[in-house]
Amino acid sequence: MLRNQGRREGSPFTGVGPVFVKELSDHLSSTRMLVLTLFVIVFGALPVGFTLQTLREVTQSDQYLFLRIFTVSPQQVPISFIAALTFMIPLMAIGLGFDAVNSEFNRRTLSRVLSQPIYRDALLLGKFLGGLATLAVALTALFLIVFGAGLLLLGLPPRGPEVVRGVAFLIVAIAYGGVWLAVAMLFSVIFRSTATSALCSLGLWLFFFLLWPMIAQAITTGFMPAQFRSVDEVLSLEQFSSALQRLSPGTLFGEAVLGLLQPETKAFGDFANLVMAQTRGMIPGTPLPFDQSLLLIWPQITGLIAGMIVVFSIAYIVFQREEVRA
Amino acid sequence: MSDPLEADNVIEARGLLKLYGSTRAVDSIDLSIRKGEIFGLLGPNGAGKTTTILMMLGLTETSGGSVDVLGFNPVRQPLEVKRRVGYLPDAVGFYDHLTARENLVYIARLLDIPRRETDGRIMEALSAVQLAEVADKRVATFSRGMRQRLGIAEIVMKKAEVAILDEPTSGLDPHATFELLEMIRGLKKSGVAVLLSSHLLDRVQSVCDRVALFNKGKIALMGSVVELANQVLGAGHPILIEATGTDVPAALKGIEGVQQVLPDGAGIWRVVADRDIRAAAAQRIVSAGGSLTRLAELQPSLEEVYTRYFEEARRAA
Repeated sequence: MLRNQGRREGSPFTGVGPVFVKELSDHLSSTRMLVLTLFVIVFGALPVGFTLQTLREVTQSDQYLFLRIFTVSPQQVPISFIAALTFMIPLMAIGLGFDAVNSEFNRRTLSRVLSQPIYRDALLLGKFLGGLATLAVALTALFLIVFGAGLLLLGLPPRGPEVVRGVAFLIVAIAYGGVWLAVAMLFSVIFRSTATSALCSLGLWLFFFLLWPMIAQAITTGFMPAQFRSVDEVLSLEQFSSALQRLSPGTLFGEAVLGLLQPETKAFGDFANLVMAQTRGMIPGTPLPFDQSLLLIWPQITGLIAGMIVVFSIAYIVFQREEVRA
Repeated sequence: MSDPLEADNVIEARGLLKLYGSTRAVDSIDLSIRKGEIFGLLGPNGAGKTTTILMMLGLTETSGGSVDVLGFNPVRQPLEVKRRVGYLPDAVGFYDHLTARENLVYIARLLDIPRRETDGRIMEALSAVQLAEVADKRVATFSRGMRQRLGIAEIVMKKAEVAILDEPTSGLDPHATFELLEMIRGLKKSGVAVLLSSHLLDRVQSVCDRVALFNKGKIALMGSVVELANQVLGAGHPILIEATGTDVPAALKGIEGVQQVLPDGAGIWRVVADRDIRAAAAQRIVSAGGSLTRLAELQPSLEEVYTRYFEEARRAA
């Protein structure tokens, strides 16, 4: 469009607002959203319930007790609340985004909407923001439920730093959802069939959750020397392994959340933690102040947001080139 | 073609070209649509009608040539064009889970119609297409014809200066088609220029002021139906005579201008002449003792033009 006859005129954001409002209201009133929310609450409630039981029996003083609701794996079920979220958020995001564009195409509403004064940019962005806002609403609700349950069952209010860390966690969780929403929307732009697009998104999700850790492990093992000659060698191998793992958004989210909700985290990887403690003279188990934790996970946060933007941009480029006619 | 600044033209295309790979979907067409007329784009499927329409709306890139819609360039100023042009796509779709009114509200928001005007304009538009009673019913319950009418309502609400309708009557029953064509005439009456594409010729013939016949990406013929008929079927005044009691061909012999008298059933003749010979023919038949039961000027049918044109095109190929 821009190739031969100069620049197009008018703001690419014309119409983002109405699309955003419509998408948000469609999502919030849809049955699908209800199912997803129930799903998440059930999956979230299970670990939280058991965790709270476990925590009530803790007698030693812990200044971050409240945050433990999120991170402790209870004895009865082997997953913590954040582990459940790492798994569930992508599913929610995929559920919201997998048919964003191709369903408009299949309902034959796309050409009618695009014949209104709106650029495709605005349609895609409005849909993305609508989905993201829906996710944010759902996650915030879930977050408040967990906080409320904690207040009731632990009988102690969260302290200021805990609230700050909690809110930061919420923002990271939304960004993580954004990555998967962008992925789902990318597939919804590429494939005309909603089933194919859902299958591809879910396939990618499974790949990152089941296969990628194994593949990364296998690659790391391949690079492992027969004998470690120095501490640096061990450390660099662990860093290499982490770098591979971090290609998965789930890992980035997991690390960011760990840094936020477990203030004792000073580095990622067992060995790195140990080395950090020894070289910098830090005592393992002492918490970091919030700004230090934030600094620690800054790369993970930027990684998530950058990933979200990159995937969205790809979806945008593909969408620009697509023919609207049936 | 006419001057681009000519005030009468709402759409003007010059050398408009669309390539898909090496195929020329639209091959350098020149086209102009005047203010307040109904213009028909006709032709078989795949002749380039929809592509032409999408280029006019800036919904698909042009590969060459230029197009001007209401003084705007759809390539560079698509928002300005789309604000003023209403489009009813082929087999239009609506959001099934929303009501007719909600569907229009969404479009009104996209058009940035002031909120206090929205309700009034929507109800006005729905009444214009006789959908006011079902304004709050979900579109999922609507028939094909009702959806098409809702599409027209959208154009009315938009207060578009040009309406582009792609195959508006395809898949409709005769009654729904008739109603829709009435609404298209209504659009014209309110001063909207209408561009419609179709392969249903007899329907189109009844509403179009001018038509363009598409063939393989090119405009084969353009003009009013009568002009086209003269071009393809040859000039002349075909008339139909129904008479008994006399030998009609013999009676007509000798009337100046008669070219052909062909039987068209029992007691029915089709006469081709180069001028209007109805009066003379009536006189001859009656004075020969025959009883004349019918004497009609035959409207050239677009169907005939179309069929004949493509037959000739095939023969020439």
